[in-house]
Amino acid sequence: MTDRIRAIHSGFVQPGRGVGNRLMYVTLVAASLGLLLLGKADPELMERVRSNISDVATPILDTLSRPISSTEKVISEINLLADIRSENEKLRGENDLLLQWQSAARKLEVENKQLKGLLNFAPDAEPGFITARVIADTGGAFVRSLIAGAGLRNGATKGQAVVTNEGLVGRVQGVGTRSVRILLITDLTSRIPVIVEASRTRAIMAGDNSDRPKLIHLPPGAVVSPGDRVVTSGHGGAFPPGIQVGIITAVDEKGIMVQPFVQRERIEFVRIVDYGLKGILDAPSAAEGAGVSK
Amino acid sequence: MKPGFLQRLDLIARGSTPFVLTALLIVMSAIPTRIPEFAHIAPMLPLMAIYHWSIYRPDLLPAWAVFIAGLMQDALVGTPFGVNALVFLAVHMVVLSQQVFFTGKSFAVVWIGFAMVSAAAFVLTWALVSGFFGQSTGLMNMFFQYLVTLGTFPVLTWMLMLWQQRMLTTE
Repeated sequence: MTDRIRAIHSGFVQPGRGVGNRLMYVTLVAASLGLLLLGKADPELMERVRSNISDVATPILDTLSRPISSTEKVISEINLLADIRSENEKLRGENDLLLQWQSAARKLEVENKQLKGLLNFAPDAEPGFITARVIADTGGAFVRSLIAGAGLRNGATKGQAVVTNEGLVGRVQGVGTRSVRILLITDLTSRIPVIVEASRTRAIMAGDNSDRPKLIHLPPGAVVSPGDRVVTSGHGGAFPPGIQVGIITAVDEKGIMVQPFVQRERIEFVRIVDYGLKGILDAPSAAEGAGVSK
Repeated sequence: MKPGFLQRLDLIARGSTPFVLTALLIVMSAIPTRIPEFAHIAPMLPLMAIYHWSIYRPDLLPAWAVFIAGLMQDALVGTPFGVNALVFLAVHMVVLSQQVFFTGKSFAVVWIGFAMVSAAAFVLTWALVSGFFGQSTGLMNMFFQYLVTLGTFPVLTWMLMLWQQRMLTTE
């Protein structure tokens, strides 16, 4: 306690008093407000600044996030050992089923190839991808984004789709030299053109900072029901069609909720996928391949 | 001459720790924990640091340092630039204006003070971010994040207090 009092009365200049201090506050508050306005006027510039700062923090974040990854690995390893027998049983069953699917897929592949040959179909370009580790899960109630440890030097660019093998994670919002900021599909500002797989209903999936983004802008008379799968539609040309996104969990007066396949806390590595699409401005024709699903 | 120089260097190094610790908390808050749902309600550690140093050692955490910390937080978290800078500055200003009130008060009073100041800080952040994007960012997560922040406060304050007593006591 005495320490506290001594600190305050120890002859240090009392801050918060005097014209100089007030001027300092006014300047800094004005600077903050100025930055907010600038961010509204020129989001690109602020995103670049943000990326540069993230770049500086990347080596630190990269190092600090490693122990957590390895601790988590040990725990999941132990869990796996515990139920290895039942897991094995389950996998055998699944394997039988998959073998049947495999033969079906082989047959369809051949058929598909023949039909494509008949139609003189131009195939999509094979996508390239970058695998990156998630080094920051920048939490909080206000923004939903991640930082991954790959950047311009690895070939990442703004707008690219980010996926895991479970489905769509989000898109690249900003790129630094060695880090990318990924805007999750659950973020308030995320808007993804999607299609409901069963009924081919087009919609926009809008994030609202909750775990369940909503489907909006459905055509009148559209029929969707819980359990329907939602995939990207490819409209707008930002994302290729057919990346799986989630499952519709509820259709009620509050809206149509989608449960994304990707769970945020389980993302350790992501793939940043380059489909060679440049977004609405540069590739108006990209959306027209929408009938083809991958 | 030489020991005098080293002593001064030591003082500067110790004196810069409030800012360095705040910056460290900002970076630490960004490390992925992989605990389900935790990311959305993770405690606002930097806010506590700003509050703590504004009460006990405002001389070592001047307004410009608070501003820089806010910008760092904005850059890493992804909030629009200026939001956390403004919020941290507001906390700093409010605490300093109540300096006389906080002097020599028990921990409970300091905690209650934090409950009020951080509630205002969360509401201000919500208003700024919602205003910036033109839509509400959702209140539920914010409320839980506030509660978690409030619950973590004693632990972090205890650690900062230890540091303060060991490293920053003025002889």
